[in-house]
Amino acid sequence: MTTTSAESTGAPTPERSRRLQLSEVSWPELASTIGLVVMAIVFAVLNPGYLSEGNVSAMLQASAILIVLTIGQTFVIATGGIDLSVASTMTLGAVVLGEFYAAGWNLWAAALAGFVAAAVVGVVNGLLISKGGITDFIVTLGTLSAASGLALIVADGQKNTIVEPVLIRMSVDGIWVFSWSVLIALALAVVAHVVLFHSRFGLHVLAIGGSEESSRAVGIRTWKVKTGVYLISGALAGVGALLLIARVGASEPAANTSFLLNSVAAVVLGGVSLFGGRATIVGPVVGALLLTALVNGLTRVGLSEFYQPLTVGIVVVLAAFITRYQK
Amino acid sequence: MTNQTPAPVGGSGSAAVTDMLTVRGIKKTFGRVNALREASMSLPRGQVTAIVGDNGAGKSTLVKCIVGVHAPDEGEVLLDGERVHFTNPQQARDAGIETVFQDLALVEDLTVAENLFLGREPTRGAGPLRLLNRRRMRSEALDMVSALAINVPRVNARVRRLSGGQRQAVSLARAAGFSSKLIVLDEPTAALGVQETARVEELILDLKQRGVTILLISHNFEQVLRLSDQVQVMRAGRTVAQRRTSATDGQELVGLVTGAIIDPATAEAEVADAHEEETLA
Ligand SMILES: Nc1ncnc2c1ncn2[C@@H]1O[C@H](COP(=O)(O)OP(=O)(O)O)[C@@H](O)[C@H]1O
Ligand SMILES: [Mg+2]
Repeated sequence: MTTTSAESTGAPTPERSRRLQLSEVSWPELASTIGLVVMAIVFAVLNPGYLSEGNVSAMLQASAILIVLTIGQTFVIATGGIDLSVASTMTLGAVVLGEFYAAGWNLWAAALAGFVAAAVVGVVNGLLISKGGITDFIVTLGTLSAASGLALIVADGQKNTIVEPVLIRMSVDGIWVFSWSVLIALALAVVAHVVLFHSRFGLHVLAIGGSEESSRAVGIRTWKVKTGVYLISGALAGVGALLLIARVGASEPAANTSFLLNSVAAVVLGGVSLFGGRATIVGPVVGALLLTALVNGLTRVGLSEFYQPLTVGIVVVLAAFITRYQK
Repeated sequence: MTNQTPAPVGGSGSAAVTDMLTVRGIKKTFGRVNALREASMSLPRGQVTAIVGDNGAGKSTLVKCIVGVHAPDEGEVLLDGERVHFTNPQQARDAGIETVFQDLALVEDLTVAENLFLGREPTRGAGPLRLLNRRRMRSEALDMVSALAINVPRVNARVRRLSGGQRQAVSLARAAGFSSKLIVLDEPTAALGVQETARVEELILDLKQRGVTILLISHNFEQVLRLSDQVQVMRAGRTVAQRRTSATDGQELVGLVTGAIIDPATAEAEVADAHEEETLA
């Protein structure tokens, strides 16, 4: 990196400014991509079937839900917040969907009900944090518990089996190695990228993460933006609920804790600062792919399932350490 | 540049000079800290009013009460003769008051262009599909910044990578770049070198030329005497004296700031303050 680039005077020519931008490429943001490639090569050497079309498709399919949750988590973390309730919110959404479906509703109407329930949890998070002035950590820890509790109550501890051809097709059909679930997740990532970098809302998200006080001083209604990111996170958990049911074939009030941990881990792996202010969508999405591919690789080389959480933990802490060291 | 219409300059001399801004009896406490005991002043239209005072005298707090960052406990603010009550800085900006805060700086991780337009970004498209017009932001940002800095920062550079002078240039460009009636500058040259300070002073005079009313907070008495038309002195949370710049000098200002000279108009209140401090101690 050159330190002189910011000092240039006069109007830069187009080529010159492009070259200068290259010097500003942020390595933490690239680390997850490099890590994914290196890891894929290592596992491919250890296990020739790792990069087979079938396994790649399976890994992508397995990452779809995590990608969707990670996008929401990225928006929240970009403002300097955190959403510990994403996984429980998804569970609640799935259970609400299941209950309405069992009551005879059409699948899409039931899915909409689940989506709305999840979005409402997001709005509650957002308002308690931005208007109520309670710390994000505490609020979402509370809704983590409240949403799973509600899911238990609504489902009465039972699971609802949901058999719909369209849901099976979401996981099985698709384009090349991409199932429809994966394509939905990637389409949401593209939309999220546009929102984060090409809308006023996205710019305000990053501004608040950088300095909430300064953002307020230029007149940004910070409470609206903060409520907005938790709403996004809740709504995406609602989309995750549908993908979860498509994958499991049933709605059940399970805890799904690993989705919470992995969504935060993917954001960290994606080089996003936990203090907010700097974020990309591509980084965390690659982070989510990396985590899924890591677990898949470990399984394929025959490492006991018990070692997987430990390995994931080490990789995440290592990534956070590298990010810090880079600064 | 965006709506850069010079405000009308009141015909020199003929019409009575009306005040752009008047504050009366503003008080503000933070818990037990009496940051503003009583502040009252008027800013004549199209003139530069300077506020001088020691560290902790309440200058920044007064500014924040005027532009809606803080809600004053008591008192009123009149803009252009009309009572205003800003509950957030956006309202003050919409009413034509731009502020360069002393401690609320730029957002470091955003670019120069993004900072310049933060809160009023140009967009293209319609409805929910409205997107930032980044091209326009960049080109207008370049105009805004190059109009004043010696060392023009790249508009795509993140503020984190700029020097102190460049950052202040960006803050000033932001305040000056939008049509405004009143620009408030809280110690704009405190962190700057000689050359950069001179450039900022030129800009202030340039803004005045365009008819903008300016409230300048400064520690530098020479600068105050060079730039201002009127000086307001603050001491220990009070506005204690007002002088026309042409009728005062550095020595008197130092005396008023330190309390060596007590203006008869506020003597009584200050004796009461001193009394209160003693009883608290
Ligand atoms: N947000 C705040 N909370 C508590 N005390 C404050 C706050 N802002 C200012 N003060 C206090 O108010 C007094 C006046 O501060 P300030 O207005 O910043 O003075 P100046 O700008 O004249 O140096 C100081 O004692 C300062 O510590
Ligand atoms: Mg101050």
